[in-house]
Amino acid sequence: MNASDNDLQAQLLATRPRAAARPSLWRKALRNRRVMTGAAILALMLLVALLAPWLGTVDPALIDVSARNLKPGERLSITLDNGSAADHTAYFGTDNLGRDVFSRVLYGTRVSLVIGAAVAVISLTIGLVIGLLAGFFRHLDGPVMRVMDAMMAIPGILLAITLVAIWKGGMLTVILAIVVPDIPRVVRLVRSVVLSVREEPYVEAAESLGTPTAWLLIRHVLPNTVAPLIVQGTFLCAAAMLSEAALSFLGIGIPPEIPSWGNIIAEGRALFRVHPHHIFYPSIFLALTVLAVNVLGDGLRDALDPKMRKNL
Amino acid sequence: MVYFIVRRMLALLPVLLLVAVFAFLVLRMVPGDPAAIIAGETATTEQVAEIRQRLGLDQPLAKQFVIWLGHVIKGDFGESYFFKLPVMDLIRQRIEPTLALGACALMISIVIAVPLGVLAAFRQGSRIDDMVMGLSVLGFSVPGFVLGYALMYVFAIELDWLPVQGYTRIADGLGPFFARIILPASALAVVYIALIARITRTSVLEVLNEDYIRTARAKGLTEVEVLVRHALRNAAVPILTIIGIGIGLLIGGAVVTESVFAIPGLGRLTVEAVLSRDFPVIQALIVLFSVAYVMVNLLVDIGYAFLDPRIRY
Repeated sequence: MNASDNDLQAQLLATRPRAAARPSLWRKALRNRRVMTGAAILALMLLVALLAPWLGTVDPALIDVSARNLKPGERLSITLDNGSAADHTAYFGTDNLGRDVFSRVLYGTRVSLVIGAAVAVISLTIGLVIGLLAGFFRHLDGPVMRVMDAMMAIPGILLAITLVAIWKGGMLTVILAIVVPDIPRVVRLVRSVVLSVREEPYVEAAESLGTPTAWLLIRHVLPNTVAPLIVQGTFLCAAAMLSEAALSFLGIGIPPEIPSWGNIIAEGRALFRVHPHHIFYPSIFLALTVLAVNVLGDGLRDALDPKMRKNL
Repeated sequence: MVYFIVRRMLALLPVLLLVAVFAFLVLRMVPGDPAAIIAGETATTEQVAEIRQRLGLDQPLAKQFVIWLGHVIKGDFGESYFFKLPVMDLIRQRIEPTLALGACALMISIVIAVPLGVLAAFRQGSRIDDMVMGLSVLGFSVPGFVLGYALMYVFAIELDWLPVQGYTRIADGLGPFFARIILPASALAVVYIALIARITRTSVLEVLNEDYIRTARAKGLTEVEVLVRHALRNAAVPILTIIGIGIGLLIGGAVVTESVFAIPGLGRLTVEAVLSRDFPVIQALIVLFSVAYVMVNLLVDIGYAFLDPRIRY
């Protein structure tokens, strides 16, 4: 193989439309103002979650009956593990057990981010597999979609709390209970992409050349689902964080000993009239994080998938 | 038209049947012997055996389902473990607040969201448009219970204009009824407003690009006439669709909102049933809410067959 052959190959590679189109799409996404704003706030929250122990927090479960219901900014003395006392400012006040709300809210970031990401990844994966199969094998399509319709008919939060009631348990239960109602939404999206792609001439051509179905799905159908799935994933992530908070708020979510934003708000209900700050700070964090993910998703949708903009 | 409605209703049967299968399986998915769960922790072996026989729990699963479905179709969901009342009586007691809450929230949403969406579409790219879209993303991001507490704090506690919590039956006077329903209904409406405003904007924008809008403007119709006679009428189908699909959001939101405002409705009942693992009540609520969702969407389908004759194929 000589140099000119190499050049020719390089040129051919460069003119392959897919290779050229992808990076520019992502660069377009990165130039989007909303994508950057959402990503920046989210990155900040991620840092807060990772660095929570070093951000002036104390043990979020530390109970101090002598320092109950402090106002934000009041100081208290806490006893450390080694028995010595230390001065600590309760930036967000303390709750009715004397636990530091600031520490609880910062540690709560971990719960929300983990749940948002886990729900998005799991429901996209399951939905993708079911959607690809349902879209491609016509005899599967009818039965699978009827089951999905039935799942959509049961209001999401009702389905989730029923599953939590059946399974009991902790964080994994909550994640799966939020995943189940999301699956039909992903399946419908993937299926619609598959149905439109399989009519494309290049897929028909590949099919007529005897390409194995599995390869056809991976090579030609899968790449088309990436952009809409990423957009869908951000919205699922945002909705999952809200669902976790709602479930925990109702007392059927994350076990109460784990400081999640929903749990902190739920515990603050009793003294809400006197000490609204128990509810205020976790709410702000929750709303800000969900807002960041939603704004990111909006930006990604405009940048990655101009066709979807029409639908919502 | 009658043929269209009948066909739509027949298409719903498999969906409703699958929902029923799921509701039936709820009790079977709980680890342990269903008869023992129904009998309660203090029951003797004879009592458990008696219940197993009476409810047909010793029969094959498929036969049990047929027996259960037969009861459900007659409106008999059995007896609540916790309240020791027939489930249907319980639901009858609790249904009014939820219907009232949902209806008020729906009304508030449509009255606010449709004009906002239309305004944003007509002034596309303006500051008003940015504001409506921004508020809509915000509406999706603030959890319903936080909004509920915020409204309660401002209007009921700080300003002391409205009662804090609870529910007054319509029969006990419209004034007190509205005074208590307005805050929860507003809190519940926000997500819905966000959703409907967005869809209204998108569908009106799409219609505004059509040739007949240009024609309407060219023949000298005012903007208001263009809007009412052409744009809104044609944008109505997607708006109606999203209102139908959004009913699911409204039902889910009611569960949370009723807990915040201590409203004794079906949403609160759902939470109570789940916390006390009262499975007959949970089964009934799953079936009831799903039937409600499916029926609303059937009405929406019929609604746009009236609006748009092309759909009546």
